[in-house]
Amino acid sequence: MTTRIDAKFAALKKEKRAALVTFITAGDPDYKTSFKIISGLPKAGADVIEFGMPFTDPMADGPAIQAGGLRALKAGATTKKTLSLVKDFRKTDDTTPVVLMGYYNPIYVYGVDKFLKEAKAAGADGLIIVDLPPEEDDELCLPAMEAGLNFIRLTTPTTDDARAPAVFRNTSGFVYYVSVLGITGTKAPDLKSVKSNVKRLKKHTKLPICVGFGVKTAEQARTIAETADGVVVGSALVSAVADSLTKTGKATPKTAEAVHKLVKKIAKGVRAGA
Amino acid sequence: MTQSAVPSSSPNSFRTGPDERGLFGIYGGRFVAETLMPLILELEQAYKDAKADPSFQAELDSFLTHFVGRPSPLYFAERLTEHLGGAKIYFKREDLNHTGAHKINNVLGQIMLARRMGKTRIIAETGAGQHGVATATACARFGLKCIVYMGEVDIARQMPNVFRMKLLGAEVVPAKSGSRTLKDALNEALRDWVANVEDTFYCIGTVAGPHPYPEMVRDFQCVIGEETKKQMLNQEGRLPDSLVAAIGGGSNAMGLFHPFLDDKDVEIYGVEAAGLGLKTKTKHAASITGGKPGVLHGNRTYLLMDDDGQIIEGHSISAGLDYPGIGPEHAWLNDIGRVKYVSATDQEALDAFQLCSKLEGIIPALEPSHAIAHAMKIAPKLPKDHLMVINMSGRGDKDIFTVADILGVKL
Repeated sequence: MTTRIDAKFAALKKEKRAALVTFITAGDPDYKTSFKIISGLPKAGADVIEFGMPFTDPMADGPAIQAGGLRALKAGATTKKTLSLVKDFRKTDDTTPVVLMGYYNPIYVYGVDKFLKEAKAAGADGLIIVDLPPEEDDELCLPAMEAGLNFIRLTTPTTDDARAPAVFRNTSGFVYYVSVLGITGTKAPDLKSVKSNVKRLKKHTKLPICVGFGVKTAEQARTIAETADGVVVGSALVSAVADSLTKTGKATPKTAEAVHKLVKKIAKGVRAGA
Repeated sequence: MTQSAVPSSSPNSFRTGPDERGLFGIYGGRFVAETLMPLILELEQAYKDAKADPSFQAELDSFLTHFVGRPSPLYFAERLTEHLGGAKIYFKREDLNHTGAHKINNVLGQIMLARRMGKTRIIAETGAGQHGVATATACARFGLKCIVYMGEVDIARQMPNVFRMKLLGAEVVPAKSGSRTLKDALNEALRDWVANVEDTFYCIGTVAGPHPYPEMVRDFQCVIGEETKKQMLNQEGRLPDSLVAAIGGGSNAMGLFHPFLDDKDVEIYGVEAAGLGLKTKTKHAASITGGKPGVLHGNRTYLLMDDDGQIIEGHSISAGLDYPGIGPEHAWLNDIGRVKYVSATDQEALDAFQLCSKLEGIIPALEPSHAIAHAMKIAPKLPKDHLMVINMSGRGDKDIFTVADILGVKL
């Protein structure tokens, strides 16, 4: 099975540069603005787009993404609407990989088989589900791979060499290396440890390794792009959304532009690090 | 995916769960971020080793006797029995434990395990503050650093317990995210744990969370049921006919129920908080009678949520019961029918609170007041030789402000 993710990383390998993976909470601050933000991401320099699926209790996320999820939910976001956002995006772009990232409960309640079928049909390529470690693979990971979606695994500084084979057994697309011990968007990554850990994990997998959690600047992106196959930026973009809103949390004409501007800047960093 | 509730234990016993994956039927499991997975596996192994080490149990027993004041009495509630005119009612007096509730039984076990594992920093979540106070107490006793996460809303309504924790040397950190109550305190504790994996032990207060917590907390609370069994045999020469306990996450109930699960003639009732009534949809905390299965905080269990799988904040007059989930073993016991899960409203609990205070000279916490409320419904119809045990899981001192407020009394 070759997905848009596989094709994208193969193409980037030829270009000899790292990928810029961008995370945006789907439906934040509202459906329309969210679509405007997301549909402009490829042009701004994003190679892969993660659609954050809003959840009331995102235990691995820091304040920025927590707030983004709550804004989206307040504006009426649902799993169904997230899938429809993917569909709308696909009408504008058929090559940029789309990864759905979130927590298991909304999917479980939606129905695993129904969700996988509709996600695939909408044009999603992969899933990152934070609270599904390899120990729970038969819940969603194995059915997802069977449905033709990549199941992307999170690895962390606590994923040691003994555990790595279990983590990489059922996975595809790319590997998401969480660069800090902690939640999204709080600590800055220790670039030295990123380098040695990426090198260590490369011994266990041939999949591309993308590094995220805490990447905020073009300079950080450049350094990480020197050692990893991709750089993930999330909280910084969701914060850019937040900073552009009115006092009551409504979108302004500047909202989409603010995100695209930041993506352009970081994309430059990623390309410089090739 | 299989949705059947096939027992994970052998058909001859209800007490052998969970299986090696941490499942009770389809409930439980290990739904955590990868960062925590190695820690949970380490904890599982450490707990297995401790369980097999007689010196661990001996030390725990010694502290339960001399520090907590166990065994707690099994007390014949004579005037309540007379008043209701039916079943003979006993209270298991967990309210007489040091710190005023059953929470300390579990906390001591976990803190001694943390010491064994060389952890120096303890984190906990708390709703009403009882588990936070118990954790702060044990940490003070053993000289460990203690951080308690508590929802901002709960901090405002449980000031006395916040002050107690601070007196005991703990740091109380407000959970400001989401609905700012117990579920958010749990989220914050998990976020802390992910960021401090090296030195930190997460002391969970109820029979929920990722495996091995539901099993471990249950084991530490089983002292309640084991004592009850012995005491009832001593006092009445036979086992009780029924057990009644209130359920938030479900640790006091599981502690009482578990040793009796294979005594098939013992009827067991778990009483959830119906708040302003189950019909209100969102103004209750009855996860089993008013919720459906989902995945939160590391385990699959019954949850309060909307049609899209977003978690709904529970409501109850009792801050200790308004958690939107329930321990996974309770979810399983419900599905296989071994325990009957029922509910009592805020008003019923408030009535029971006042009746018990006046008739027995015991001011119960609002949590066990829900159990008393259910006993008030069923005891009058039962024969006089029916032996009923209510778990008096905590004392009501912490609740006098809430109750005074509702009764319109200014303190």
